[in-house]
Amino acid sequence: MSFHDGKSTNNGKRLAQGTAFAVFRALSLLVVAILVIILAFIIVQGISVISWEFLTEMPKEGMTAGGIFPAIVGTFCLVAGSMIFAFPIGVMSGIYMNEYLKDGYLKRFIKLMTNNLAGVPSIVFGLFGMALFVNRFGFGDSILAGSLTLGLLALPVVIRTTEESLKAIDDSFRIGSLALGATKWQTTSRVVLPIAFPNIITGLILSIGRVSGETAPILFTVAAYFLPRLPTSIFDQVMALPYHLYVISTSGTNIEASRAMAYGTAFILILIVLVVNLLANWLRRYFAKRVKMN
Amino acid sequence: MQKYFHNLGEKIIVAILTISGTVTSLTVLLIVFFLFKEGLGIFSMSPVTEGTVIAVNNRNPVTSLSASQLKEISDQNITNWQEVGGLDAPIKIFRLDDITDYFTEDQLGADFEFMPQRINEVVVKDPHILAFFPDEYISKDFGGRQLQLANITVWDFLAGREWYPTISPAVRMGVLPLILGTLWVSFGAILIALPLGLATAIYMAEIASNRVRGILKPIIELLAGIPSVVFGFFGLVVIVPLIQDIFGLPVGETALAGSVILGIMALPTIISVSEDAMRTTPRAMKEASLALGASKWQTIYKVIIPYSISGISTAAILGIGRAIGETMAVLMVTGNASVIPDTFLEPVRTIPATIAAELGEAPQGGIHYKALFALGCILFLLTLIINVTVDLVSAKNKANR
Repeated sequence: MSFHDGKSTNNGKRLAQGTAFAVFRALSLLVVAILVIILAFIIVQGISVISWEFLTEMPKEGMTAGGIFPAIVGTFCLVAGSMIFAFPIGVMSGIYMNEYLKDGYLKRFIKLMTNNLAGVPSIVFGLFGMALFVNRFGFGDSILAGSLTLGLLALPVVIRTTEESLKAIDDSFRIGSLALGATKWQTTSRVVLPIAFPNIITGLILSIGRVSGETAPILFTVAAYFLPRLPTSIFDQVMALPYHLYVISTSGTNIEASRAMAYGTAFILILIVLVVNLLANWLRRYFAKRVKMN
Repeated sequence: MQKYFHNLGEKIIVAILTISGTVTSLTVLLIVFFLFKEGLGIFSMSPVTEGTVIAVNNRNPVTSLSASQLKEISDQNITNWQEVGGLDAPIKIFRLDDITDYFTEDQLGADFEFMPQRINEVVVKDPHILAFFPDEYISKDFGGRQLQLANITVWDFLAGREWYPTISPAVRMGVLPLILGTLWVSFGAILIALPLGLATAIYMAEIASNRVRGILKPIIELLAGIPSVVFGFFGLVVIVPLIQDIFGLPVGETALAGSVILGIMALPTIISVSEDAMRTTPRAMKEASLALGASKWQTIYKVIIPYSISGISTAAILGIGRAIGETMAVLMVTGNASVIPDTFLEPVRTIPATIAAELGEAPQGGIHYKALFALGCILFLLTLIINVTVDLVSAKNKANR
């Protein structure tokens, strides 16, 4: 009797587990399917729009024809500008927090502030950038103001990846170097940083991906609705890919007619994300292999 | 001597690193300063629309009106001066368009050059008049009395149910519909994202083989990398028409469309944070459970989930935070009607979408500009609360282990 009972609960257990696992597997598949649908939809619709003209010409006829060249150049300027600012400061800040700052209230405070900055909504960065860079510093709507705003947004990402890659390095490296008579900075710059370098670069690449797609922070700091010429100085306004997509899909002069342009722009944005992710993954694997060989 | 320079070099480097380390904290403080400096300015401003004059006859005993009284008067809910502390007489509203009831076009002049004088005549003649007109038409020897409106109060701002930031004669800056819109959309998003995200996290942490996990992980990262404007575009051309067809709605731009898109966008955060939490469950605990005869599934829901519950709640809170602050995708798919929604099938307008849509048109330093910064303050405070909560939860977690 009891044996039989045991068997039936066992069966029940197995059934419950089988059902639960099947549900989880199905839901995970759904998540993958969502991503595949979004990517496939935009790639299929967008790839036919891509041509040499689309990539190298100015927008024409109320942005329903021509190309997106100024937006590509604008996004490139913004990415470069924000990284020139965010990358060195972010890496130095990460080094300071992991190598120099001792555990305690100050470290906890700076960490909390960095996390807070990472959690600040992108539109608030836009407000802040407008109030400080555009109005207070008088940069106006310019590449400079937009790059600084985007740089601040990317800063926590760079800091975090730097910190994490430094944390992953075994203390024996540091102790060994210090024991040989090297100073703290010599240890950091010649022993610790070279090991952490690949991961830091991965962080840089990922933050490029993030910055290139941000729209809200550039709305009021740099982005131009329609500007069919290239910037000549850092005080010029530029068009940018994400803002261009927003404009032609919601408020262009002729939304239906510019739909093809929108698909093409979305395709380019997706392409940037794909390339950035693949590159980051490849780098990670490549360096992991190299570290193993050493 | 060489050693001295060596030390000096080290010191300079430490100083540079320290300065870099303070940049984030400094930025947060500056954000707080600028946001609140502009945003709090709204509470020392009168809600009279810029460039508008509100005037009464000199003999009228009423000296000031509140913004809500003015609104009731414009809506015809208050029609007698007695109700706002004046004499027992009907309120006669005069707007600029009404001038043709009093004078012919000839009397106003070809370029309205006699307009100030005529308006003056109207106001001086009628003791019960309440006149609204642009300040360019106020005459130099104006015989009426201009009314001041009481400043916007914190309560008016937070609990006001109408958001008409450019309406004349007095703006209505109630952010309740925007706050509720934000909460509706975020709540809907988390309802969609939490079950889906948790299931995927459990699958990745406990069920999937290493190979499958190795495929899933970069896919989730890829999802996190897609720009919000692309999500918005996808929502606009796919989700919105879909919702319109399924529910037979006049427009598909609804809170539901926003929730679906935000739900998808919150997935990567929820999955990666809760998966990490589940992976920290000590192996000994899992093995003890299995050794006692529990199935893998029983171990998951009786041991692993209870153990990692604080990590899972962190994931949910962070997901909500992401949804609350998201701007572009929501702006593109929710229809942006500033009304308090009753169902998920109505258009709503969120706080970030309002800022993004209106800041470009708000003159710098004006009341509308300040109101949008005040919205930014609300948004910032919401996310600050979320971040501090997460920090406290994870600190407590560490202490417990």
